[in-house]
Amino acid sequence: MSDEKTDPAPANGDSLRDVSRRDFLNEITLGALTVAGVGSATLTYRFLSPKVLFEQSTTFRAGDPDLYPVNSVTCLQDQQVFIVRTVAGFYAVSAVCTHLGCITQWKPEENIIVCPCHGSEFEPDGKKIQGPAAHSQPHYAINLTADGELEVDKLQTIEADKVLKI
Amino acid sequence: MGASFHSALQSLRATRGWKSIFRHNSAVTNRARSLAVRGNLLLHWLPVKVKDRSLRVRTTYYLGSMSLMLFVILVVSGVLLMFYYHPTTPQAYNDMKDLRFVVTNGVLMRNLHRVAAQLMVLLVFCHMFHVFYRGGYKPPHEFNWVVGIVLLLLTLALSYTGYLLPWDQLAFWAITVGTNIISSVPLIGNKVRFVVLGGHVVGESTVLRFYVLHVIILPLLAFLFIALHIWRVQKDGGLTVASKDDEG
Repeated sequence: MSDEKTDPAPANGDSLRDVSRRDFLNEITLGALTVAGVGSATLTYRFLSPKVLFEQSTTFRAGDPDLYPVNSVTCLQDQQVFIVRTVAGFYAVSAVCTHLGCITQWKPEENIIVCPCHGSEFEPDGKKIQGPAAHSQPHYAINLTADGELEVDKLQTIEADKVLKI
Repeated sequence: MGASFHSALQSLRATRGWKSIFRHNSAVTNRARSLAVRGNLLLHWLPVKVKDRSLRVRTTYYLGSMSLMLFVILVVSGVLLMFYYHPTTPQAYNDMKDLRFVVTNGVLMRNLHRVAAQLMVLLVFCHMFHVFYRGGYKPPHEFNWVVGIVLLLLTLALSYTGYLLPWDQLAFWAITVGTNIISSVPLIGNKVRFVVLGGHVVGESTVLRFYVLHVIILPLLAFLFIALHIWRVQKDGGLTVASKDDEG
């Protein structure tokens, strides 16, 4: 486009580009298609993300704190979570191996958590002792409900040094 | 008998109906033969002329053709399996058991589908290696090589989505492990996994999602890319033939 030669400064002072009708319509169409494309992609993504899940709730009640003796590791099979009580307090450790998602087991005689699939070993607080798992087991958010029961949220992971004191 | 069949065919070819379908009928010249191939929907993606050395076994070992035949077998056996399969849990597992022990010839159809699927993955890889070592990715075939890579990925995706459908332990854990790999993608990994599974764990909605991918979306894409792949072989000037193919 040769706007520099043919188009001296317009009367209102703005430097308008000399755009042909065809280019203008092409750009408008391209812009509209881009907006429509991004909109459709967003809409499809949101359509495909389920709002209601027909699966086990990720938040669950683990019962009265007194059910768990001090210095104990309790595996909640259904929830795939270890509830650990130390002198300092409570924490909830995932029982799903960080390697490939198998369910780990608590070995009280050796004081470790072991994965039956590929032999990863973890401390009772989820810290990795040996692989093939690349990471330690995450800690889930654990709280007391108003009526004094433990409640674990498996969607929320917290720092390993955070302990629920009772 | 042979003569009467031949004359019957000749008179059929003379009818108005036949001529309306096959427009280049009496293909006596090379041009008429070419037009007959080009003008037919089912033949137009085949080359009008073929170098005879590209038909030798050692040129291709027919690996691509065999992959295509397996795809056809998989479509046919897969459609038949669909008549008995519900993509729900735990019904999916029971349907698979029914196919094995109750449905007449069910075990044949199921195993045909299973074995053909595994064989297709194997042959597609063999095809890829063979084309690679012959330099089939070089110009003018470089676009068709990329189409081939897409087809390889589609084959693997079809294989993977189909793996969940029997809803047995192997299926459940394979998909659990596989989709955990998705969630290690930075930033979007967990969101992608959530949409792929339709939840936080492999469950009922996962089976339905994988079923839809397995029986309609991926086969349709595979069909389109296979058509493009074969058509491009012709448009890129035929198969890669090396001069040494003339020997022996």
